[in-house]
Amino acid sequence: MRPLTPLVSLLLAAAAAAALIGLTFVVEPFRSYQLATACAYLCAVAGLTLLTGAGGQLSLGQAALMAAGAYSYALSANALAGAGVEGALLLLVPLGASILGASILGVVIGCAAGRLHGPYLAGFTLALVVAIPAVTSTFSAVLGGDQGLWITVEKRPTALRGTVSNEQWQAWLAIICAVAVMVVLNNLLRGRFGRQLRAVRDNDAAASLSGVNAARTKIISFTVSAAAAGLGGGLLAYVTQSASPGAYSLVLSLYLLMAAVIGGIGSLTGAVWGALIMVFLPYAVNTFTANLPVSADVAARLDGNLAVAVFGTILVLVILLAPRGIQGLITAAGRRFRARFPPGQSPSNPASAVVPVPQSRPSAETPSSGTQAPATETGTPPSGTLSTTKGQR
Amino acid sequence: MDRFLFLTVDGLARGAVLAAFALSLVIIWRAARIVNFAQGAMAVATTYIAFTVTSATGNYWLGLASAVVAGLVLGALVERTVMRFVGNTNPLNSVIAGLGLLLVIQAALGMIFGNGYRAMATPFSSTPISVGGVSAVSPYDLFIFICVGLMVVGLALLFTKTSLGLRLRASAFAPDLARLLGVRSSRMLTLGWALSSAVGALAALLIIPTELGLNPHAVDTVFVYAFTVAVVGGLDSAGGAVAGGLAVGVVLSWVSGYLGATLTPIAVLVLLLAVLLLRPAGLFSMTKERTA
Amino acid sequence: MSGLLVMESVSAGYGPVPVLHGVSLSVAAGSITAVVGANGAGKTTLLRTIIGQLQPAAGYISFDGAALAGTKVENMVRRGIALVPEGRGVITELTVEENLRLGGLWRRDRAAAATLLARMYELFEPLARRRRAPGHQLSGGERQMLALGRALMANPRLLLLDEPSLGLAPRITAQILGLLRTLCDDTGLTVLLIEQNVRSALSVADDGVVLNLGSVVAARSAADLAADTDLRHTYLGF
Repeated sequence: MRPLTPLVSLLLAAAAAAALIGLTFVVEPFRSYQLATACAYLCAVAGLTLLTGAGGQLSLGQAALMAAGAYSYALSANALAGAGVEGALLLLVPLGASILGASILGVVIGCAAGRLHGPYLAGFTLALVVAIPAVTSTFSAVLGGDQGLWITVEKRPTALRGTVSNEQWQAWLAIICAVAVMVVLNNLLRGRFGRQLRAVRDNDAAASLSGVNAARTKIISFTVSAAAAGLGGGLLAYVTQSASPGAYSLVLSLYLLMAAVIGGIGSLTGAVWGALIMVFLPYAVNTFTANLPVSADVAARLDGNLAVAVFGTILVLVILLAPRGIQGLITAAGRRFRARFPPGQSPSNPASAVVPVPQSRPSAETPSSGTQAPATETGTPPSGTLSTTKGQR
Repeated sequence: MDRFLFLTVDGLARGAVLAAFALSLVIIWRAARIVNFAQGAMAVATTYIAFTVTSATGNYWLGLASAVVAGLVLGALVERTVMRFVGNTNPLNSVIAGLGLLLVIQAALGMIFGNGYRAMATPFSSTPISVGGVSAVSPYDLFIFICVGLMVVGLALLFTKTSLGLRLRASAFAPDLARLLGVRSSRMLTLGWALSSAVGALAALLIIPTELGLNPHAVDTVFVYAFTVAVVGGLDSAGGAVAGGLAVGVVLSWVSGYLGATLTPIAVLVLLLAVLLLRPAGLFSMTKERTA
Repeated sequence: MSGLLVMESVSAGYGPVPVLHGVSLSVAAGSITAVVGANGAGKTTLLRTIIGQLQPAAGYISFDGAALAGTKVENMVRRGIALVPEGRGVITELTVEENLRLGGLWRRDRAAAATLLARMYELFEPLARRRRAPGHQLSGGERQMLALGRALMANPRLLLLDEPSLGLAPRITAQILGLLRTLCDDTGLTVLLIEQNVRSALSVADDGVVLNLGSVVAARSAADLAADTDLRHTYLGF
């Protein structure tokens, strides 16, 4: 899948946000709550898609960065509330703080981890996540130890009270944030930074020779990914009104990675599928086990565990059978569909009509004469390949 | 001084187990260039088997034997059913597949045995015995030293002195070439996984009784420590894993004894980071770091 | 055609790209056959196809009258075929002795392996002095001796060699080729030799096969080929 152009992606994003906000009017409050958590997770998964999918850096530390976001939110919100601040400030400043806090941690990790690769990076970030409870209890005076922090949150605006439920309001906020993250990441991946990131992933020595600063690119990708995860953590803190080490365990990190892989690593659309699965699959499995006619003891054992088992099985199957995930399957199905019904036969093909993206290679279907080819190439610079001149500037 | 001695010996005993666990990671790394993130969960699964056997028969040694056998079988099973089919195109895939297995095994254990902690008895007392007024070593510590020592010597003999060991090393260094010489490399790979998993099984069985008890997540942190040990020692170096295990065990024991137990994971993180940045090939490895 | 190794109209290649086009050749038992040709003629592909690393897309390969198709690479040596790969595939992490022992490990008969090991040290004296040295300490010539000795540890009936002279001093090349000639004459070993060094290869071989762009363009006695000036000018460049 080619990333979308800025304008198209903005329009699409606005439409998606509007549709989702409309959806919250139809469904019951609990669904809105689920939607809000899915959007919070989407921020973190999308960040991981950029880092791991496009950047090739496997991080198990995404939960730690979400935790950094959540604690930044909690500390700043409680400090503001203590100083008597109310209104939009009490919402926006903590959200900004969650992004900032996680970004700072992201820069630190990026500087350290930028030189690591493959299993080394995975092991290091694993150690990072495992150290979270130790950090929170070491600084328990500030971070509240194992219990975590309760947060004073700014509720929905007074004007909306009565017409809009709290869950609905939380969903709106989460939807807007998630859509914003998707737009920003899409534009980053589509632009020069995205090309450099993929070049570094594929061969960092070659990328360096083309003038790409590999170390800097890796640090930036860690930071951006951390910022997205931090916003997700901030949203989660806002929705649950708490920040505690138990919520950001290794299992959450694994879930986030799973969501990115199952959805389709390397594809932001895949991140959407992943985030939805992350929220709704455990819910579906737990609803299923709750309705099973089994004893309380068995039910207690199945509770939670079955969902994890299903998740793990799907993850292994995806790696074995469909390494490009759900989005890969959809793309492949779409290609088969187009192969059977070529665009010439169906002139109203929506995909080709809406997305006027320059081809990365001169089209093989329209053979051009030798004099015309260079002209077309200078007219639309190739978007899929790394431009050496740009990189050296 | 007494406390220092106690912490050091305790750290050495813990380090010996970490060394064994790290050794299991090194065996797979050398055989398949994979860090097996499911190793911890696999080892806990075999410990549950030992626990069940010991509970049913009342015999610790039967439990120990069944854990090691179960480790061999589980390792071979994981290689033959999953890892063999993970493509080599992207090194991340094997890590992700390992993580998937980790979740499946832990969840399966939770469903079968429940998530609660179960106390595991040790075959020997873990109270330090007093020698000349200084109490430092417990009988169980000695048991750990003997078990790990025997295992390390056994593995060393297997790899360097037997023709099976020669085949294992040949197919680890150069699988295609070994195949040309008549070595059944794919069988050797399965055997490598089986061996590694059995070593991990023994390590988990030794360490779980000294911690909170048996639980599906009982060795999550131990796995992280063992990974640290393997990196400190060099993923390619078996001797490094042993030396690194003892060193890391002692350092962690000191940190936890003098600075507080909650700081150990942070100490591990700092140690891991320092080694990865300063000597990525490991402190004890003479060869250059290989790419993953 | 009769012969220890017979290939009939074999085509093979990598994925959809064919490299060999209907290659037919026969290697007589107890002889040395040299396959010569320019770079990219498909010489290494030919060996990889015989040894089973590549599956032929078409054609038939037989060894001692029985088809080779379906035999796994690791079982070739059990059928009596050993390969010395290009670049002297010594496992550098293992010692000289370990490398040699590895060549005969597949046999159940330990005593025979020990006898062969002693024989290899007689044949390759420099190796006997460096039994405990790891492979990466050896010189190029020593490595080639080690790779050859290791293949001979399998006591093969057919020995395949891929560019044994590559990067070696002429004196050592001559030594190794001379040794092959002696082994053929004394023990009845059959050799299929791939060489870029056409002159030395044809001087030691009984038969020669000229490969060009994946096809056999000539298959005659080595002396005949060496004397054919046209052929030499066209395909072999001397």
